[in-house]
This record gives sequence, C-alpha cells and structure tokens, in this order.
Amino acid sequence: MEISRHWRLKRQRYALIGEVCPHCQKKIFPPRDICPECSEDARTLYQFSGRGEVYSYTTVYQAPSGYEANAPYTVALVKLVEGPMLTAQLTDLGDEPIEVGMPVEMVTRKLRSDGERGMLVYGYKFRPRLIEASE
Amino acid sequence: MTENQDVPILKPIRDVGIVGYGAYIPRYRLPAREVARVWKAGTGGLSIEEKAVAGLDEDVITMSIEAARNALDRADIDPSEIRAVWVGSESHPYAVKPTSTVVAESIGATPHTQAADWEFACKAGTEAMQAAIGFVGSDMAHFALAIGMDTAQGRPGDPLEYTAAAGGAAFLLGPAEISLAVIEGSYSYATDTPDFFRRAEEKYPEHGERFTGEPAYFKHITSAAETLMQAMDSSPSDFQHVIFHQPNTKFPKRVGRLLGFTDEQIKTGLLVPIIGNVYAGSSLVGLTAVLDVAEPDERILLVSYGSGAGSDAMSLRTTTLLPERRDRAPKTYDYISRRTEIDYATYARYHGKITMK
Ligand SMILES: [Zn+2]
Repeated sequence: MEISRHWRLKRQRYALIGEVCPHCQKKIFPPRDICPECSEDARTLYQFSGRGEVYSYTTVYQAPSGYEANAPYTVALVKLVEGPMLTAQLTDLGDEPIEVGMPVEMVTRKLRSDGERGMLVYGYKFRPRLIEASE
Repeated sequence: MTENQDVPILKPIRDVGIVGYGAYIPRYRLPAREVARVWKAGTGGLSIEEKAVAGLDEDVITMSIEAARNALDRADIDPSEIRAVWVGSESHPYAVKPTSTVVAESIGATPHTQAADWEFACKAGTEAMQAAIGFVGSDMAHFALAIGMDTAQGRPGDPLEYTAAAGGAAFLLGPAEISLAVIEGSYSYATDTPDFFRRAEEKYPEHGERFTGEPAYFKHITSAAETLMQAMDSSPSDFQHVIFHQPNTKFPKRVGRLLGFTDEQIKTGLLVPIIGNVYAGSSLVGLTAVLDVAEPDERILLVSYGSGAGSDAMSLRTTTLLPERRDRAPKTYDYISRRTEIDYATYARYHGKITMK
C-alpha cells in the first residue's frame, strides 16, 4: 500500500511524537497543527513519554486484511499520562488479565506486513509496564 | 606469520567507553524439554533449560529499538548527537533495506547519522562495537551506537532448535570521561574456517560438523583472549568478570577453564542456560548482566565468537558513573524474569513454521 503515507507518519508511529501547544501547553496526539483546546497554531514537536493506562479495551477475533496472523488480539483506548487518548493494540500480555486502569507503556512493534513480498510496517503498541514502579 | 609476537592491540587515539547500555530479551520461553517431547519422545540430553522466543510482532528491528532506548535512557544524551547507528545480526528482517535506518529513525538519531547493518554470524555485534570505538576514538564522532541482536532459528528437530534464541543488547560508545565503563583495548582474530554457514537463499543454517569445536570456537576464542591479555600485560586473575560467546552451557565453561578463569568469574555473564543462544547478542547480553551488578573499578573481559570464523576480545574497566546509570532503565534480569512459557505449537506459529497458504 501507499509507501509515501507510511513515510510521512513514521515519526508519530515509531516514537509517539506529537505536538505541544505553545499557547496553552496542551499536549496533542496525533499531531494536527491546531490546538483543540485554544484553536491557536500548535506545531512544536513533543516527545510523549509512552506511559499511560488502559481506558477501555476489546478483543478482535475477525482481523482486517493484513492483520490476520495476529488474531485474536486486543485493541485498547489508552490514556497517556500527558492527557491525549489514542487507540492501539496491546501486546506481550502473557497470562496477565487486562483491566481498565492497567498501567501500560509504549513499544515499537511490527504492525503488519503487506504480504510475503511487501513492506513491513512498524509502529506503536502498548504492553503492561515492565517495571511496576516506573511512573 | 608469527603469532602473539608484538601484535598491536586495537587502541584509539582518544579514550573511549560505554556511555549507556541496554538489553532486550523477549517475553516468551520455549523449554528444551518441550522440543525434546516433540522430536525425541522426551529423551536425550538437554544443554540448556529454556530459550527466549520473540513474539509475533517482534523482529531484530523492534528488539533493537527497545535495547537502544534503554541505552539512551542510561546515557541521557541528545540522540541527534549520535553519528552512527550500527546493527549486527544474522536475522535482519529485510534482505535489502537496512535495519539500522528504522532504528535510527525511532530513537531520533536521523538524519545526521551513519547507518549500517553488520554481519559476521555471532560476532556481528562486537565488531559493530569495535568499529564504534574507532569512530569515536578518532574523533569523527562524539557518540556511536552499536547493537548485536538476533532472532535465531534452527531447522525443526535440529540440535540448534533447542538453543537458537532471541535477544541482544545495545551500547552507546562515547568519550571515556563520561563513560560507565572504559574500553582498555581490544583485539580481533579471524581465519577462514567453514564451521557453520547459511547460503543466501536458505532459511536454516548448516553446520560443518568436524569444524564446530576445537579448530573453530576454542581456537579463536583462546587466541583472541590470550593475545589481548598478553599485550595488556594482564592475566585471568586481573579480571573480576569474563564473558564468552555462549552457544551452549558447556563451551564457555570449558574455554574459560582452558584460559585459566574460574567458574566464579564466568557465572554472572553466563545466561545461555535460561535464555538460549542469542547469536549476535550472546556475549553482549552477558555483558549487560555483568554491568547490571558490577562495582566501579572492576575489570571485565569480553570475547565473542562468530562462525566463519573470528573472535573479538575486549577489555573493559567500570567507572564510578556505573551505579547511578544502571537504575535508569530495565535491567537484564527484569527481562529474564518476565517469562511466559509457550508450547511447541505456539512456537511453530510464532516462527512461521506452519504454512497457511
Ligand atoms: Zn492551546
């Protein structure tokens, strides 16, 4: 699929880079160049910590094309400690039960591959925090 | 050519050290008894307990990114100052398209950086480290990142399948003054020895049986270690820790005794019984496990081995900066103790050993 689109999105996808509003300090993800809070211009890049918690989640059994190999998998709404909410797959759950409020952290993983010959697409997922105490 | 006579060790003009380090070991474990259950009805001697296996969404790129982030968290430097991102592996996800550019992009090192993938069987990581020492030591760069990472595979039922594992480590090399361990010197020993190989189009490697032990692993490691120690006027008792490439539990212990090291010196860096042989990451995760616990001013000898064949030996001395930095990121045993056992069927699914179309 569109290789150029993957390339433009890679910074936000690989490393959770969003924006911070220089006027009201609101942290923005995904980046949209306009602050949703005060409607001013907001183009300052901001590196999110990657820490957050599960706000809600659901398990996907019938995966869309390109994601079949991972099914079943869990998709969650994750609330980042900096404020924004985003949708992402959970990974490395092991035998741990998922709970609302569970602390998670961002990892960069393989999201999908466009067949045997296509490109591998990498991006953020979230896993249970490796070290419980980490803020 | 005479051996060991006035062989110059590799030492840069400017002193170089490790500014940050990071390990990565995936969550899943395949016990050796489970491989034996499938292929040998539960019989046969097992050289390790279990091996670390990558998840469905992991590969050398994703694992390198996490190890690199851990190294950067410890170093606490601006990633745009990194002038080289080098990844050594024999399981790069693409045949053509570098692993290193994705890693560099993910950690914020692009675009003012060198990026390259290294290959030399299980010593691809240490040779990337040596090159990074040269890059920083010549003052061409302030920081260079070297990674050894693998998701090793053995043919189903082959002896390698018990041990071929996933994991590795990243090292940020920089000026000695701000390092947690200083590189005292290094040395490489290489010959054309056909002990183990994989042709370009093949999925699994072959081993040249006659060559695997004495003329390969033992000859290269002892030559590299002895030459380096002799050139540095050091002996085994001068080191608190020694780490060898560890394809199984027996080889590193035996080569250690051959060289005059005690089991005590080998113990901390010997992870193969509980994670398997992580190829290009094998000796390097041994080093991260040692750095996780070493005291300042301790000496460490690291000797890798790569089939084909060659060994890189490196002598390190820890500094007073080590204790504060090691707590800034997850330690090697944080990953080892995060453990989910899987059965052979799940393993086969994770590694594409089942064809679905
Ligand atoms: Zn605003």
